[in-house]
Amino acid sequence: MSMTFAEKVLARKGGQKNARAGDLVTCKPDRLLMHDNAAAITDKVAKDVAEFGIADPEQPVIILDHVIPASDEKTATSHKKIREFVKKYGIKHFFDIGTGVCHQVMVEKGLVLPSMLAVGSDSHTCSYGAVNAFATGIDRTEAAALLLTGETWFKVPESIRITIHGRLPEMVSAKDLILTIIGEVGADGADYCSVEFWGDIGHLTIDDRFTIANMGVEMGAKNAVFPVDEVTKGYLQEIGVGRVTWNPEWADDGATYRQELTWDLGEIVPALALPHKVDKYKPVTELAGTEIQQCLIGTCTNGRASDFAVAAAILCGKKASPNTRLLILPASRTELEEALDAGDIETLINAGAVLLPPGCGPCLGAHQGCLAPGEKCLSTSNRNFKGRMGCKDAEIYLASPATVAATALTGKITDPREVV
Amino acid sequence: MKVWSYGDDINTDMLFPGKYTYTCAKPDEIKPHLLEDLDPEFAKNVRPGDIIFAGKNFGCGSSREQPVVGLRAVGIEAIVARSFARIFYRAAINQGLLLIECPEAVAAYKPGTPIHLNLKESSIAVGDQTCKFPTLPPEILAIRDAGGLLEHTRAKLRAKAGAR
Repeated sequence: MSMTFAEKVLARKGGQKNARAGDLVTCKPDRLLMHDNAAAITDKVAKDVAEFGIADPEQPVIILDHVIPASDEKTATSHKKIREFVKKYGIKHFFDIGTGVCHQVMVEKGLVLPSMLAVGSDSHTCSYGAVNAFATGIDRTEAAALLLTGETWFKVPESIRITIHGRLPEMVSAKDLILTIIGEVGADGADYCSVEFWGDIGHLTIDDRFTIANMGVEMGAKNAVFPVDEVTKGYLQEIGVGRVTWNPEWADDGATYRQELTWDLGEIVPALALPHKVDKYKPVTELAGTEIQQCLIGTCTNGRASDFAVAAAILCGKKASPNTRLLILPASRTELEEALDAGDIETLINAGAVLLPPGCGPCLGAHQGCLAPGEKCLSTSNRNFKGRMGCKDAEIYLASPATVAATALTGKITDPREVV
Repeated sequence: MKVWSYGDDINTDMLFPGKYTYTCAKPDEIKPHLLEDLDPEFAKNVRPGDIIFAGKNFGCGSSREQPVVGLRAVGIEAIVARSFARIFYRAAINQGLLLIECPEAVAAYKPGTPIHLNLKESSIAVGDQTCKFPTLPPEILAIRDAGGLLEHTRAKLRAKAGAR
């Protein structure tokens, strides 16, 4: 029987020979991710954990990233409670503030590997499909129950197969590709589905695949996943993961798909998502000249050294427009260090950028870089919802690092192909 | 009973703004901010037994259970939508909040149309049109019927400990 990636992983993890879309299976995920919300999660089951213990101290991963450093007494107290919980119950995988955005840290520390099953109390858990994991978001209550039992139920999703051909043009990136895909598929186009990426993926780095898988949830996907190839193997070797510790998984020939879609990478152009929906696609050229008060380059979507290299190449020896604020938000300490070594952070600071600590920062509007009514922000993050950066009367446009860097130069939405 | 009617792709930032997610977790902290950026009238005027009608992809965006906890706490009887985003859908099961995926009912609804919910029959009457909606599989229904996932999990753990 031919199976999709999702059917194969969930069958294996559920201890079954086969699984079909629509089946319910009970599985023990390899990983359970929590972040600052671990304070609320562990609160829910404080008494139960004391009575029954943690199902598997190897399964939970806690990474403090959402409001770091703490912005007030309340968030500081949450962080303190989490640190105490980690100590008390011997949680094996804990990363304190400044390590990075949880999703980046999960991948770069090798905590998620090919064919693993990971759940996380955050919607962008789907990012780990970049390294061939089946990864999906859950809510806080389910995370709390997982601490006690170690297992949960999954409905085996239908799958969508996306095939890409060719190569992306100069100054066009994986971000432009995924914004284009979401624009066409729609914010609900992949609801409940597993999205598999096929075709000429060899040109896409792990960073590119991360950007794409990260935004899978913006079209409603349960998970978004790439196969293992030489690029994946090279990356895992680079981060020090031994070959014997993982096995790849991929769909069989003849597996059943709900939908099959194809994109020619050569036709992708610099893209925007307009306020207040991620599927409101427009080519950058159509909005060129729109004044922007804040430019954000970073987050788990586009805050890696490779993203800062693109931005630095555009801003090298130049100054950002005095009419806009340029914020730099590294996805992790490791990525920050790499960008520092390359000299790109220095270049960006010299251009007038403000460097934020590796974490979620302004992306969800809790602190650092909130917007004022009437302001417009051009951001490399993954969401442009109303109120997302702390103000319901502000507007957020999404774009690639190249487009945001080009825009920082002029203070107006600018096609990056025009500044190089 | 009042029906609150909204459009497509209502995301969790609209249901409960992200800026409060790390400072509000308890029902009483959540309630005043429910739907704050979508409909400022909602938190002031919602009453137990009210129903929400919405378009496609309700609850998309961040994993955020405060809106689910809050909507249950203010006594929303059910949310009827053309479709739901999956994390929100699971969160509702886990909190025992009733979600009804029923495009026909949403299409039939006009402001002022009387609504009658019949859980036994898994049907909803919108004016004089009666629409059937799909039910959950029994093992998932058991979570909702237990009052939510934590109650369900505790019962399982106690049964297991008792058997030992």
